[in-house]
Amino acid sequence: MADTTALHGFVESLRAENAGWVDEVIDALGGGPIVIQNEAIVDVCRVLKEAQGFDLLADICGADRGPEEDPRFVVNYHLFSTKHFHRLRLKVRVSEDDARIHTVSHVWRTADWHERETFDLFGVVFENHPDLRRILLPSDFDGHALRKDYPLRGYEPYSMN
Amino acid sequence: MGLENTLFESLPEVLTVKLDAVVNWGRKSSLWPATFGLACCAIEMMNTVSSRNDLSRFGAETFRASPRQADVMIVSGRVSRKMAPVLRRIYDQMPEPKWVISMGACATSGGVFDNYAIVQGVDKIVPVDIYVPGCPPRPEMLVHAITMLQEKIMKESTRDRRDTFEPESRRSIVPGTLPVTEGTALEKETEVEVAQNQVSRPYTVPARHERRRTS
Repeated sequence: MADTTALHGFVESLRAENAGWVDEVIDALGGGPIVIQNEAIVDVCRVLKEAQGFDLLADICGADRGPEEDPRFVVNYHLFSTKHFHRLRLKVRVSEDDARIHTVSHVWRTADWHERETFDLFGVVFENHPDLRRILLPSDFDGHALRKDYPLRGYEPYSMN
Repeated sequence: MGLENTLFESLPEVLTVKLDAVVNWGRKSSLWPATFGLACCAIEMMNTVSSRNDLSRFGAETFRASPRQADVMIVSGRVSRKMAPVLRRIYDQMPEPKWVISMGACATSGGVFDNYAIVQGVDKIVPVDIYVPGCPPRPEMLVHAITMLQEKIMKESTRDRRDTFEPESRRSIVPGTLPVTEGTALEKETEVEVAQNQVSRPYTVPARHERRRTS
């Protein structure tokens, strides 16, 4: 299908730059996620934006695979090309002990708030982020709410005293 | 024209009425809500004030954006923990007499959101007079809430309203001065109880700046 060939085209172009960047390619429904090495994410994003024309970062979201998994967190990037109408997903696996990843907000400015949301809800720290603080939860909130081991109802009932 | 003439001719020139009746009638007939639409219930609140179910028939003529000019705060929508101090601040900025209607399931009890982010009922933050269930409540239910609040206001006593509960402050009013109630016996008692964690500071106790009344 045309979708799959486009995906392989992107993978080949990335592998041509540096073979160590791409960990694996999961081919699911066409724009299936390309798993990228943690250290290479900024270079990969820059290549994809400038060479392949992915000018829109649609979403960055985190996922928690559970406290027993290693690496525990996954950060997903959803890219869209407004010139060629291609969609692509990138995945980076982040372990819990060293939950740090470099920010891509110097490539796409919109990554600023998406990374703040991922930090707020999962605790993944984005290095060199211009303003890394909580965005959805209250600033004095203790913990990261969307982790699998955070209870749904929270710890304390709300009280003003 | 004709009705007024016959009515006023049959009444004496001077009427004696209870102060409570007149004051409460004035208060209930011109309840001006403060806009506090938070979520989906705000849409139904907009429906209630639009022409099909007209809330200004009942005196809620204008929804004031400034809390300083409002009488009743209709909390419509879910209150998140981040929004809760803001809501309390808006409530504190409303001058007495003030009432609160908690509209919808989320404002009443947290609604469908039993989680870390939503306050389970706005009565954990402000004292509520009328609770309206529903998700969202029909506009007619909000109109019923306003009429029920009006009946509640008619039964109030202007002397023993909750903002005038401290008898010391009433006795110590000297014309031309402001009564300061810091250091009174009631405040000392409450502080002692709160320090021993026996009671949480009741929200009917006015804050320090609220206890001074104009004399």
